[in-house]
Amino acid sequence: MTAQVITISSGKGGVGKTTTVANIAVALASDGAKVVCIDGDIGLRNLDVVMGLENRIVYDIVDVIEGRCKLRQAMIRDKHLSELYLIPAAQTRDKNSVSPSDMNRLCDELRPDVDFILIDSPAGIERGFRNAIAPADRVLVVTNPEVSAVRDADRVVGILEAEEKRQTALIINRLNPALVKQHDMLSAEDVLDLLGIRLIGIVPEDEGVIVGSNRGVPVAQDGKSRAGQAFRNIAKRIRGEDVAFMDLDKQSGLWNRIQKMAGRK
Amino acid sequence: MMNWFSGRKRSADSAKERLQLVLIHDRTDMSPAELTSLKDELIQVISRHVEIDVDAVQIDLEHDGRSQRLVADIPLRSMTRRRAG
Repeated sequence: MTAQVITISSGKGGVGKTTTVANIAVALASDGAKVVCIDGDIGLRNLDVVMGLENRIVYDIVDVIEGRCKLRQAMIRDKHLSELYLIPAAQTRDKNSVSPSDMNRLCDELRPDVDFILIDSPAGIERGFRNAIAPADRVLVVTNPEVSAVRDADRVVGILEAEEKRQTALIINRLNPALVKQHDMLSAEDVLDLLGIRLIGIVPEDEGVIVGSNRGVPVAQDGKSRAGQAFRNIAKRIRGEDVAFMDLDKQSGLWNRIQKMAGRK
Repeated sequence: MMNWFSGRKRSADSAKERLQLVLIHDRTDMSPAELTSLKDELIQVISRHVEIDVDAVQIDLEHDGRSQRLVADIPLRSMTRRRAG
């Protein structure tokens, strides 16, 4: 095995990077891949709570880098999926405790034993972001169909171009098809036209995502969730499968709106 | 697309138009003011060699995918018009 290292980035905070990492990881591991997630947000860790593993942390990434534990000891196994692991960020340190070459070394050590390494990049374009993209074979840029998120995504894409990271693809998260239909939200086509990069997934806005993070169970484990389906499709595309994009209009049809008005949904 | 009731442009269209401008300036690191001064200097230089229709000169930043280009439209003043004048 030689793992593919995939970094999830965005520029702007709060667009759903951590949720995206957790869900793609769950989807890949459900399909039988061996996956390690690394929380790159030193000082503001969150991937542990989104994955529901916060009570199992003993060692973190800075412990590994500074030699206080072995890499294996910092890898927390998921509760549901035996081939899914998390290396948590340190909560009481700052981003300068880790360097891009530390990240490269860590990933090189993991590469022979796993299929995918997913790195959750912190918001911003400073040190933490540089650490997160250093070992990446592929970078997925997450954005929302909203002016500030698209602008920041464009900055990130520009930096990745300058760094000659060739494999960059876009995830449009929290798209609301009803708002797009009434021309009060940028459509996926608009965002693609503005950013000019390849699309790898569109995730519809879905209350299930919040419910999932409340429980620490990513929505990709819920077979009925639309967002979960979108994340599972992204995982398939990462593995090279040709999966058609979902018809997001289904949920915003007339019947649905009538049901909503009648208070049935 | 216009809103039937208010007659205003839909917000998604404003968002896209505003972003198109902002992204071009972000990517090129050139402000609208710098673009104007570039235009003035270009007019000066070109006017030294050939007579141009200064009021009709247009300099724009355009994008095609992720590449930017500076597009200049500089109409020349025709010789016949000059003779007539």
